[in-house]
Amino acid sequence: MALLRSGIARRWRPASVWMLYVAGLLPAAWGFYLGATGNLGADPVKTFEHHLGLWALRFIVLTLAVSPLRDLGGPNLIRYRRALGLLSFYYVLMHFAVYLVLDQALVPSAVLADIVKRPFITLGMAALLLLVPLALTSNSFSIKRLGRNWSRLHRLVYVIAGLAGLHFALSTKVLAAEHYFYLGLLAVLIAYRIVRSLQPRRGRRRAMQPVATE
Amino acid sequence: MRRYRPTPVPASEITPRQVYLGRREFLTGAMAAGLAAYTTPGSARSLQATRSTYSVDDKATPFEDVTTYNNFYEFGLGKDDPSEKSGAFKPLPWTIQVDGMVAKPGTFDIDQLIKSFPVEERIYRMRCVEAWSMVIPWDGFPLASLLDKVEPLGSAKYVAFETVVRPSEMPGQSGLFQSLPWPYVEGLRLDEARHPLTLLAVGLYGQTLPNQNGAPIRLVVPWKYGFKGIKSIVRITLTDKQPKNTWQVVNPTEYGFYANVNPAVDHPRWSQATERPIGEGGFFGASRRPTLPFNGYADEVASLYSGMDLGKYF
Repeated sequence: MALLRSGIARRWRPASVWMLYVAGLLPAAWGFYLGATGNLGADPVKTFEHHLGLWALRFIVLTLAVSPLRDLGGPNLIRYRRALGLLSFYYVLMHFAVYLVLDQALVPSAVLADIVKRPFITLGMAALLLLVPLALTSNSFSIKRLGRNWSRLHRLVYVIAGLAGLHFALSTKVLAAEHYFYLGLLAVLIAYRIVRSLQPRRGRRRAMQPVATE
Repeated sequence: MRRYRPTPVPASEITPRQVYLGRREFLTGAMAAGLAAYTTPGSARSLQATRSTYSVDDKATPFEDVTTYNNFYEFGLGKDDPSEKSGAFKPLPWTIQVDGMVAKPGTFDIDQLIKSFPVEERIYRMRCVEAWSMVIPWDGFPLASLLDKVEPLGSAKYVAFETVVRPSEMPGQSGLFQSLPWPYVEGLRLDEARHPLTLLAVGLYGQTLPNQNGAPIRLVVPWKYGFKGIKSIVRITLTDKQPKNTWQVVNPTEYGFYANVNPAVDHPRWSQATERPIGEGGFFGASRRPTLPFNGYADEVASLYSGMDLGKYF
């Protein structure tokens, strides 16, 4: 991480954010390529749909991991958090688009019935809708304009993470090791916030300081 | 899609048995040579089967998809786990115990069964409860043939089935996260079990069953969701009480005893009105199509359930 703090790294920082976007979208591009060329197994639509959903969950986990990592003495990756959050949103959007277009073939009655009648799809849809205001206010202009309300609004990410975890867990017939792994990560990351909010303010402010200086 | 309707075949249209068998031998031989090499090395044997009039006209799902995409939780939860993790499973030698309310209980060797009953090829539709479907050319004999052999007593009302338990050969049965209670069990009403469509399959695509598809012998009930088709059967018991079936035990709100394919009764987490056919190309080849009542076998089996509330007995 010393490299990141050095002058050379500083010059490359804007580029490294863009590289994160490119790298982050590679799993989607690769999955689409495999599916379009008939190399995604017997049920390519379902496989691609799950692939995108899982990557969305991974990016949500990474987004939530940024500040605990910094607080606990790890590297400060705060400048990448916006990209990670937006990548989560893009993957959720693609996950939904594949469900809508490739899986349900754009039959509105089937999609509406699913959203209303299937709790796990209702939860997933709620997570997607809640992500929209966060994505729309992810620009620097909105951050300045909204001030303290921006932080309040963006605490919605914890609700979204919870919804995503439930959506993932309720979508399968039985829970497997993979589900316990991601649910465990989300639980730890959300529990960390609760613990942090109970701590005395001074300690918190010191922990928050790097944000203000960045 | 065409509905399955058994039609009388004029004698003039029936291919003479010898001609047919000759062509079959050639085809299965060529197929076994081409495919067995990388699917089930050494263990697949070709079967002599006569084509049954109970077959549908639908295009069969490719062999590769049938043998690499399925659920068999004894080998893992992924759709590719059964084909990737079943290499250590030894389907031979194998015996099935048939007991309970029968006049002549017995233990039957799989090779004897294949020799004692004429093996038929039946091309059946398969509809998974997860809303995907296949068309599979099974090789097997009616369950009724085996039941006749053991002579069920008048008191027998149901048939219970049990899958083998071998944690050392089935990775899904060992380890920290056990997905289901073992053994996997299933059941049918006796009249369902005796229905001519109900098949004990010993092969598919003209060769003995690959491990991942339930070697060496499995149940196929084409008008019910796929999970009723219990695999690698070691025991069949005739009983007067409705047997438990694993999925109903695990989640009674989502899975019932009957599990008849029914587009009008949704799974709590998805609609059963449509299905995605497997193996019809990449993203843009596989489009949903309507699911038929009793998976298209309504003419044959709907009478078994006349007067029953199919929404209640799902």
